[in-house]
Amino acid sequence: MSERYVAAIDQGTTSTRCLVFDRQGRLVALTQEQHSQHYPRPGWVEHDAAEIWRLVCRLLPEALRTAAIDPSEIVSLGLTNQRETVVVWDRLTGEPVTPAIVWQDTRTGPLLPAIAEELDATVIHARTGLPLATYFTGPKLRWILENDESLRERAETGELLFGTMDTWLLWNLTGGPRGGVHATDVSNASRTMLMDLRTLQWDDELLAVMRVPRRALPEIRPTMGAHGVTTAPVAGIPVGAVIGDQQASLFGQTAFESGEAKCTFGTGTFMLLNTGDQPVLSRHGLVTTVAHQMEGEPTVYALEGSVAVAGALVEWCRESLGLIRSPAEIETLAASVDDNGGCFVVPAFAGLYAPHWESRAQGIVAGLTAYITKGHIARAVLEAVALQTQEVLAAMNNDADLPLLSVAVDGGMTSNNLLMQTVADVLDVPVVRPMMAETVALGAAYAAGLAVGYWSDQQVLRRQWHRAAEWHPMIDPQRRAQMLQQWSRAIELSVAWGRPHPPV
Amino acid sequence: MSGPVQSVERAAAIVQLLASTEEPLGLAQIAAALSLAKTTAHGLLGTLCDVRFVEKDEDGCYRVGRDLLQIGSTRLDPNELRAHALNWTDALAARTGCAARVAMFREGAAIIAHHVFAIGSQEQTLEVGRRIPLHATALGKVLLAFDPGAARSVLSRPVQSFTYRTITERSALLRELADTRENGLAVAVGECEPEIAGIAAPVRDRGGYVVASVGITGSVDELCDARHRPRQTLEDEVLRVARAVSREFGHGRAA
Repeated sequence: MSERYVAAIDQGTTSTRCLVFDRQGRLVALTQEQHSQHYPRPGWVEHDAAEIWRLVCRLLPEALRTAAIDPSEIVSLGLTNQRETVVVWDRLTGEPVTPAIVWQDTRTGPLLPAIAEELDATVIHARTGLPLATYFTGPKLRWILENDESLRERAETGELLFGTMDTWLLWNLTGGPRGGVHATDVSNASRTMLMDLRTLQWDDELLAVMRVPRRALPEIRPTMGAHGVTTAPVAGIPVGAVIGDQQASLFGQTAFESGEAKCTFGTGTFMLLNTGDQPVLSRHGLVTTVAHQMEGEPTVYALEGSVAVAGALVEWCRESLGLIRSPAEIETLAASVDDNGGCFVVPAFAGLYAPHWESRAQGIVAGLTAYITKGHIARAVLEAVALQTQEVLAAMNNDADLPLLSVAVDGGMTSNNLLMQTVADVLDVPVVRPMMAETVALGAAYAAGLAVGYWSDQQVLRRQWHRAAEWHPMIDPQRRAQMLQQWSRAIELSVAWGRPHPPV
Repeated sequence: MSGPVQSVERAAAIVQLLASTEEPLGLAQIAAALSLAKTTAHGLLGTLCDVRFVEKDEDGCYRVGRDLLQIGSTRLDPNELRAHALNWTDALAARTGCAARVAMFREGAAIIAHHVFAIGSQEQTLEVGRRIPLHATALGKVLLAFDPGAARSVLSRPVQSFTYRTITERSALLRELADTRENGLAVAVGECEPEIAGIAAPVRDRGGYVVASVGITGSVDELCDARHRPRQTLEDEVLRVARAVSREFGHGRAA
């Protein structure tokens, strides 16, 4: 009997990966490639969806080749993706008609008051679980349709298809213009600001507010189920799961039970807490979201603390400042000094997300003196990632019945030991990394495997979770309190700086 | 004996030319200065960029690469090494149940650059940054066998004995290192601490240079059969992961 595997495509904000796992959830193959980031104006972030599809077409066959696996040995494919990013394409040619507007993009900031005029932000929050912010898909779609009259007409006549990145890839994987499946899953749809969190259907009132014609939208499906069979770039693989990247990593950490949480350090930082089959509305600035849904079973919800900028800040240090040559060097540079020297960096590149939701906030570097070296800046960069995480943990502990006693972490940045120690220090709880930092892809593979019975149940997957590393708080409590206090002040300054200028 | 290799001569000439001018040069200038066809110069520059002896700037002009200016002084950053090894060492620990570690040569010792816990609930602490002896551990022996600098630092003076199994005699150690080179793999059984064994293999960069070692550590019972020989399946897992991490550094990958 030949081996059987599950595969995952993880379409992230900066790169796309294809991974293959065996029955024990162990990595067998991994290919990855970065795609271009376009910043046409301050605050704008765009991707080329066609470029991303071309990458997938290379990466999937290459992953199978490196592990010498025949496509027939892949029993199921899980698709996971950067969320909220919107793609609009031509149904007949399959070509995107506009650049994909990325979740971090803040161009819809000026549009938000107009949206709130039409439908109160508290109503939107109650119905979708989302604060009215630039982050989510709905306002981005309204911007596209209001900005180009011809696109609105073509959308209304049914020439155009809308989707988040999952929908775009699923459609292309399953045939594109020739019968491609136009669908999304509940976890992705819950990020659009167009779906009612309880009915799991597109909401007419929200569609009207965002100017979105219903016929252009994908069908909303359960996360795990039959999502079609691939025709390209490798034919014949069933797509067993479609799931947003952060919900996927919650799944990959096997946080299946209410009260279990995880924190992923990727482009941004995302802490998710499983709240079981009931959506819990946050009183402290967290997002309520669908975690996942198995066909025919109750929906599982989560509370999410989203932080827009984490790895993106390190990348900025490399790409824009030239402080480091590779992301890993930030640790080397930060370890060249003992502390931040009084310097704080607030990376409000996309405004501030949870728990502040200040779309207009702008990034600042505070506490500069002649004493500060690039080592101190690097230190402040890592501390910013940790301190933002502390803010969402505090919000989560305020919303939940029980405080978290430890935090399960994952993502590429968990290879940064100094960062992980700093996170443990400012969170004041132990930080545990599982034996698979790529939990996003693993979660998608787990979901895809469960959907086709490759794994019998969630308990099997739980037994495959192992601890790879653990960090304990070591900081002096007084120093910690001081850091938190200085951070709060830095946040205030960042918000104040982003306020509209008084007329001259 | 064969004569000089033309492409090496031409590549050297390009580097000399770029090093002698203050401003970056364009393809046409380089080709003209060295009387090369543009396609030939372009091919040579492409390869020189790949090995980072030459860099191309935003305007498409070429200059000497930073790596070449620092050649001999550049060393792999342990944090960089960890980032490249992370996924594969996780898989190694998951597959073997043993602790997986990555080491590199620094100042007369092997230092642990990355450590993944063994499967199990026992108390474990991260060993990153710890120094381990080169001659008495599998990770260290790989570095000794393949890194001339490491070998020089150890073989010039007597080495410390930790257990009765530590190899301290120079000729025996040289034989052991020759075996390591031949097998592409090192084993240490109870040589640093009694009852602890290790299996390790080299991590190579694009050019084949050994930059680190990766391997597993565990009890002698876990890693070895009744005759204290390492289990074949574990050796295969270590070799496979060493190849996978090497591939991350561009080794064995088609250009």
